[in-house]
Amino acid sequence: MRRGVGTGAIAKKKRAEAKYKERGSVLAEDQIVQMSKQLETFKSHLEEFASKHKQEIRKNPQFRVQFQEMCATIGVDPLASGKGFWSEMLGVGDFYYELGVQIIEVCLALKHRNGGLITLDELHQRVLKGRGKYAQEVSQDDLVRAIKKLKVMGNGFGMIPVGGSYLVQSVPAELNMDHTVVLQLAEKKGYVTVSEIKESLNWQKERASHVLDHLLKEGLAWLDSQAAGEAQYWLPALFSELSSRDVSPEEASQMTP
Amino acid sequence: MDRFSWTNSRTELNETYVIEQRGVRLYDGDEKAKLNVGTAFLTTHRLIWGDIKYEDSCLAFPLSQIIFIEEQAGGLGKSAKIVIHLHPAPENKEPGPYNSSKYSYIKLSFKEHGQIEFYRRLTEEMTLKRWENTPISKPISTGTGSQGGRTRAVGIVGIERKIEEKRKELDKNISEAFEDLSQLMVKAKEMVELSRSIANKIKDKQGDITEDETVRFKSYLLSMGIANPVTRETHGSGTHYHLQLSKQLGDMLQAPLEERGGMMALTEVYCLVNRARGMELLSPEDLVNACKMFESLKLPLRLRVFDSGVMVVQLQSHSEEEMIASALDNVSEKGSLTAEEFAKLLGLSVLLSKERLLLAEKMGHLCRDDSVEGLRFYPNLF
Repeated sequence: MRRGVGTGAIAKKKRAEAKYKERGSVLAEDQIVQMSKQLETFKSHLEEFASKHKQEIRKNPQFRVQFQEMCATIGVDPLASGKGFWSEMLGVGDFYYELGVQIIEVCLALKHRNGGLITLDELHQRVLKGRGKYAQEVSQDDLVRAIKKLKVMGNGFGMIPVGGSYLVQSVPAELNMDHTVVLQLAEKKGYVTVSEIKESLNWQKERASHVLDHLLKEGLAWLDSQAAGEAQYWLPALFSELSSRDVSPEEASQMTP
Repeated sequence: MDRFSWTNSRTELNETYVIEQRGVRLYDGDEKAKLNVGTAFLTTHRLIWGDIKYEDSCLAFPLSQIIFIEEQAGGLGKSAKIVIHLHPAPENKEPGPYNSSKYSYIKLSFKEHGQIEFYRRLTEEMTLKRWENTPISKPISTGTGSQGGRTRAVGIVGIERKIEEKRKELDKNISEAFEDLSQLMVKAKEMVELSRSIANKIKDKQGDITEDETVRFKSYLLSMGIANPVTRETHGSGTHYHLQLSKQLGDMLQAPLEERGGMMALTEVYCLVNRARGMELLSPEDLVNACKMFESLKLPLRLRVFDSGVMVVQLQSHSEEEMIASALDNVSEKGSLTAEEFAKLLGLSVLLSKERLLLAEKMGHLCRDDSVEGLRFYPNLF
């Protein structure tokens, strides 16, 4: 679309300009030109900052947190695009995007065992292990931010607050408040029974069974029907920290879901 | 805290690492020690703690000093802790950060979790008592240790001074960095405000903005990481960059898609592409924005969102009818199939094979049997 040419258009423009100048405001297209100039200036400031402090961002998780929070406060997302200045010059992008890849891979590798639910702790440990001894330090805050970015790819990445930390969900299983609350209840021992739910949450048996059935179906819970007393519903995501041998996908599919 | 001694090397001969945990703060009894949060290392012989910034000044005590340990669960605003009860320090103990303490126990506070595993390993080491079998020989100074070794000879005062110097230098670096960061943010904020003003004007159609200028504006927003508030375009937040990317992806993904039955989850694509790149990685948003442009660029790929929210890239050539028809064939042949069985049959991921079955069900070709044993699909005979 070209701007109107011809005397009519010119006159119209002159009137518009006059009107804006009257109000002391500037035309958008002039502002875009201004922005382009300011952008160049900003870019060189950022380059200077990067030359002095790029290492700090790489090495210091606390500094990263500060940086991220400041960006959020002013309305800037340094991780929006790999083509953004922040990413290109400070290298923050690559750090978090690579972390994203590592998170996805860990979750995928363990999905057959825990149904797509893993504690932030375990995820942290495994990601660190995968990165090796000499890689940059990665904090849980870093993981959380990387996960927030992954959400945009629609694969059901989410975080459920449980026991002072989080469970990271990596499958699109529908988990509502009821499911979440039962997960939180199960956090202490790694398993939960219908009686415990009824007692702690004051629910009817049907409601408890309904929630537990859903967790079983989604592969998030395993049923131990031979437990002394009453059937126990175990959450593999939660008991992974106790010693348990790794289960291969074939074995997992043979076990009672 | 008076049981700790300074140590300037990480491991000594015959000593092996068992586990380490970042984000640990030390407590002298119930009081926080005047140290930063650091990393706790458990070896077969000692418990070591270090502030990562001061590599050649760590604290340690032998595991044999431990009488017993307890766990202290975390709570609201409180991190989980391990309480370690210790024997009194022996007379010939090497100097450490505290000369005396009124407490006979210390605590490790786990600010970044990891307490459960650490406790388990510590318990294990205390049961195994491996330090009794293999006494540690004299410390071997590694690389950075050599400097520290010299300062040790100068005595405690010399060490404290060195730490103080390092801390000041670090503080200076950090505060300079923060100051520079704050100044940078002020300038960034100006950019944000300017872009908001422009966006408002575009919305209110003040002035005469050409398409060219709009495209340029969008690329400025992309560079700064400012969300695009003007949502009238059909290509999402696509810019020239995303256009290029879209074409690249079109080329790059053909073969992998063919190998995987014509469909890949977006997260799979993300990993594949970024692993291949190694550097200058794509952000998740970059990928989504590029994929959204497949259709308008007439590339033979499509971005597709299932009801469940799962996003996939699929080859145009693999039409929906074909997929559903073949799904129906497979299920009829076997009588019934679960998502896992279907996945194995086709060599697809379980996630995507489930989506296909759900799609076939939605079209009325399959029906489900949903029980705790799993979700099984049958041909729809109704």
